[in-house]
Amino acid sequence: MTEERILITGNEAAGEAAIRAGCRFYFGYPITPQNELTAYMAQHVPEAGGVFIQAESELAAINMCFGAAACGQRTMTSSSSPGVSLKQEGISYCAGAELPVVIINVMRGGPGLGNIEPAQGDYFQATKGGGHGDYRLIVLAPYSVEEFANLTMLAFDLADLYRIPVLLLADGQLGQMMEPCVFRKPPPLELPPKDWALTGAKGRPKRIVRSFFLPAGILAEHCKKLQAKYELIRQREVRFEERDVEEADVVCVAYGTSARICLEAARLAAKSGLRIGLFRPISLWPFPEQPIRRWAERGKKFLAVEMSAGQMVEDVRLTVEGRSPVGFVGRCGGGTPTTAQIIDAARALKKSGDTILSSKKGEAR
Amino acid sequence: MTERIIIAGFGGQGVMTIGKTLAQVATGRGRQVTFIPAYGPEVRGGTAHCEVVLSDEPIPSPLVEEADTLIILNQPSYDKFRPRLKPEGTVLLNSSMAQPDPGDKRSLLIPATEAANELGNVRVMNLVALGAYAQLRGGVPIEAVMELLAKELTGSRIHLLEVNRQAFLKGEELARKVAG
Repeated sequence: MTEERILITGNEAAGEAAIRAGCRFYFGYPITPQNELTAYMAQHVPEAGGVFIQAESELAAINMCFGAAACGQRTMTSSSSPGVSLKQEGISYCAGAELPVVIINVMRGGPGLGNIEPAQGDYFQATKGGGHGDYRLIVLAPYSVEEFANLTMLAFDLADLYRIPVLLLADGQLGQMMEPCVFRKPPPLELPPKDWALTGAKGRPKRIVRSFFLPAGILAEHCKKLQAKYELIRQREVRFEERDVEEADVVCVAYGTSARICLEAARLAAKSGLRIGLFRPISLWPFPEQPIRRWAERGKKFLAVEMSAGQMVEDVRLTVEGRSPVGFVGRCGGGTPTTAQIIDAARALKKSGDTILSSKKGEAR
Repeated sequence: MTERIIIAGFGGQGVMTIGKTLAQVATGRGRQVTFIPAYGPEVRGGTAHCEVVLSDEPIPSPLVEEADTLIILNQPSYDKFRPRLKPEGTVLLNSSMAQPDPGDKRSLLIPATEAANELGNVRVMNLVALGAYAQLRGGVPIEAVMELLAKELTGSRIHLLEVNRQAFLKGEELARKVAG
């Protein structure tokens, strides 16, 4: 059977994908530019026999997810930047209690209440731990409507496989944009039984789901277990895409809408003989360190492009470790960088050999 | 072939409907499509706009920096978006509500609001503009447009299908005249 190809917004596609992945418990609180997602769930989760609650706050929504996940159910919440900040305590609790929850952040301008334009200023929050404690999330970054849908379906499987919260990091442009989309379920994974879930203890020993470990030494053991899990994820769940990197003069490193603009810049630059490649991290955590390092060892020059003042670029620099130049083009406060900014910076970077000089030169705004 | 389009007017003129219809028709024909609505804090009486890219290949950026075609429905939109037209691009200008600058040789004047009024329903002005686009660039068969409209205009609104069809045809005719 060929799957239907439909024109749909990123927000709605993510909602539909969650339902197809078996999400029957959605809790959210409205905020632009992700409202279409919450609205989609309001209509369609109940139709699928599930529960939709417009919570009284973002905090309530993430903690409802905690509850549903603790009962072994597939559950999701979504919001945009300021709302996701409010969820951080709950996300840390879910990470501590090893609960599989899917969270979508359709980023907008910040800090503070910011504005409603598309942005990528929540990279640090998403990948470095926005809440307290030693925890990680799997963070996936789509760059098209179809990928937004398909990564959402994958997110539920990864969450269940590792008992970990999975965050989809999209931006307002991806949420609002319409593109043709074919929903493709990921290949089925063998998922472990949820033998920890709270399903009623009649006839079996009781189970406890918690993130609170008071007696001395217990939390240390728990954290070691978490770290071992994160190491396994680092080894197994790195995802990325490369376009024309081999022959490139400059390799753009970008995710989400920024990556789309880099592809356009590459197309335009080719006319003047400047070869721009694209390295696109799809998993922002775990960050694709090894493949980037391999290109750095071969002397590739990198240009990080972000809708932020420069966040992911720090991971690129940490990965490259001074082996080759890393420039940066960004736009903060909402909005998108232009192809001209990217091409100018790439051209300057191609000419320059010095790491520090080129990174300064590439710095737009 | 890739066609980058910006459609702009004031809220209520059917800007988004033109964009979505172009996107839907192209999707139905198996083409690559992106549609971006401006979702910023727009003000009443200001400009609403959307950006559409249609292509036979995967579309790199959905953001239209330089448009092949501008569909402009009012004067503020003309003033705002004309700088974003490619040198070899074309403006389809609703000349009932906007006048081109002196020396502008890239605007095709389509009196869309006037045509819609003559058909007895000013709200089909956007279909006149869409018909003009179809005549200019092709790829938008009237059957496909009517099929989409038939899904929207149901029940008590079913009688509006005919006037929309006439508006589309009128737009084609007007564009034929000015484009030669």
